[in-house]
Amino acid sequence: MSTFLQYVFTGISVGGCYALIAIGYTLVYGILRLINFAHGDIFMMAGYFMIFSFAVFPFPVAIIITLVATTALGILIEKFAYSPLRQAPRMSVMISAIGVSYLLQNLSTYLFSGLPQPYPAIPGLKQRVMLGDASVSLVTFITPIVTIIIVLLLLRLVNKTKIGMAMRAVSKDYEAASLMGIKLNTTISFTFAVGSLLAAVGSILYFTDRSSVYPFSGALPGLKCFVAAVFGGIGSIPGALLGGFFIGISETIIKAVGLSTFSDAFTFIILIIMLIVKPTGLFGEKSVDKV
Amino acid sequence: MKKFLSIVLSLLMVFSIVSCAKKSTGEVANADSAAANVEKEATEVAQVNTADDGEKIIKIGVFEPQSGQNGGGGKQEVYGIRYANMIYNTITIGGEEYKIVLDEVDNQSNDTEAVSAAQKLVADRVNVVLGSYGSSVSIKAGPHFRKAEIPAIGCSCTNVQVTKGNDYYFRVCYLDPFQGRIMAQYAKKHNYNKVAVITELGDDYSTGLGKSFEDGCKELGIEVVSHHEFQKNEQDFNSILTKIKSANPEFIFAPSSIVTAPLILTQARALNINCQIGAGDTWENGTIITNAGDAANGIVVSTFYEAKSKEEAEGEEAVFLNGVNGDGNGFLEYLKSQDPKEEMIPAVSALGYDSYLAAYKAIEKAGSLEGPAIRDALAELSFTGVTGDISFNSDGDAIKNTAYIKEVSEGQFVFKEKV
Repeated sequence: MSTFLQYVFTGISVGGCYALIAIGYTLVYGILRLINFAHGDIFMMAGYFMIFSFAVFPFPVAIIITLVATTALGILIEKFAYSPLRQAPRMSVMISAIGVSYLLQNLSTYLFSGLPQPYPAIPGLKQRVMLGDASVSLVTFITPIVTIIIVLLLLRLVNKTKIGMAMRAVSKDYEAASLMGIKLNTTISFTFAVGSLLAAVGSILYFTDRSSVYPFSGALPGLKCFVAAVFGGIGSIPGALLGGFFIGISETIIKAVGLSTFSDAFTFIILIIMLIVKPTGLFGEKSVDKV
Repeated sequence: MKKFLSIVLSLLMVFSIVSCAKKSTGEVANADSAAANVEKEATEVAQVNTADDGEKIIKIGVFEPQSGQNGGGGKQEVYGIRYANMIYNTITIGGEEYKIVLDEVDNQSNDTEAVSAAQKLVADRVNVVLGSYGSSVSIKAGPHFRKAEIPAIGCSCTNVQVTKGNDYYFRVCYLDPFQGRIMAQYAKKHNYNKVAVITELGDDYSTGLGKSFEDGCKELGIEVVSHHEFQKNEQDFNSILTKIKSANPEFIFAPSSIVTAPLILTQARALNINCQIGAGDTWENGTIITNAGDAANGIVVSTFYEAKSKEEAEGEEAVFLNGVNGDGNGFLEYLKSQDPKEEMIPAVSALGYDSYLAAYKAIEKAGSLEGPAIRDALAELSFTGVTGDISFNSDGDAIKNTAYIKEVSEGQFVFKEKV
């Protein structure tokens, strides 16, 4: 029983972090039709920001610095690597994104060495609670709650505010949107800012329980969250939430039945099946070709 | 603005081409022909390199990961090699003095990059290759060195496949079957009857060592209750560990990289898995203690080298620990000057030093820079290095029968037993 509980908690906490990252993919895709391959590495950089700011400042300040720095990084990447390619074919932007991903990985190897760095323990988050025989850290409970609150806020932002309306307009047709007086660059920058901010929150929750950061920390979560986003229907925020939890929990189940060797294979089989059966994902919009 | 930028860029390009050509016209020509047939080229041309000022040089290729998953460990090995190069920087062959220059390439801990890094060394016409940290990359690069008849000396690659069937690959460390058996004996000695194994999928070192440990356990009648594999770059071990916990082992053997070690350790301890955890040589690394903190206490590792105190050290080890002048300014001081975070001498640095020494002695003995001659000299070589007596068997493996078991206690690797 306690083993089962342990699996449930593991699945939910991993799923929550995946959901936060997957939303970043989905937001950017919704606006730019771009799969931002550097997203996983922004997540990793957020880990490093936390390590360095925590060494100097008390933790509330360090958290704020991490959030701000990661957001700034996201905006900067958009400005330098994607916005000059706005008129270029979509493929060029994607290649640029892959380039940024490699740049971040190698830059952090160069700057912070390939050795893992210990992630600071944020007071309170890491405290362990015993439920029967299952030992669970507080962050495990906080993760899904934070994730759901953020998704609700985000849905409000997209559906109720002016900038949200601008985002939706750009995502429908960005040429028409800019003709209607929507500032394209501001809207896109804002989207990247939100996406990166979520990656930063996800990174704090994720690394608190996993204790160390190295330059390739973002690679695997990045890939899996991309699958999660596609699964839920890329472009859809509730879809990304559901996809994240689904991938996180099913991965845990696969390992629980003793098939740990195949856990990643399984994740990608889901991707392939989803693309064959329902290419738009669970909540994806049907694309209508305009004539 | 755009025009200006493109002018600047094109100027930069022109400048870089010019400066390349200026460096050495010989090198450019060499690179061209190398592209045509890298490996053949190298064997046909006499392997003597000359520097710009006419000084004769010997190139020793350093084939190590300096980035990627094993970047940290590879770097420590490189420091050992660089330090050896500082001490032994010239060699006399046939009455002529040669300067020894290191040619470092980064294999990025990646099997594909390893091949291109190896090809670069072949194209650079190095006389000997040292490395690598990590068996996988060495296995992939081996055939390229053999084809070009460049002898290679592995520092800490312990997988059997590295030297097997490759008469140009040697190594100064012991092998995984030996190491795995040592750890199985350790488990037996401490009355562990149920063990669990965690290995990394697709990593030759991890799976190879895990398998030899399991084989050793079977021979000794220890039950392996659970075996799990995880993916490269995995960070969440909670599910695997929960599964292992339910099997209730008395010892967990988890040979893996130093990146995964702290993750496994902290997560295992957080799940209240309190049995002893052990691994192979890679885990003997200070970063694990820095990262895992208290969770690292009590782990056991098998390792290549146990540093004596500076006063007790003799022969080559004394040079290694105290510096060439014996003034106490030895490797640890050098290491700290390069990376202030280092607190102890990593075993792999000592092996890096020994591999350089093996190459040095072999070239000296061969009295030639030809690959086959150095190879023959290596096969017959016997000397005392920092990590003990070194000579090679017919496979090219160092004949070693000592391993050290260390245990972490209060944030330090402490010598536990010699096997």
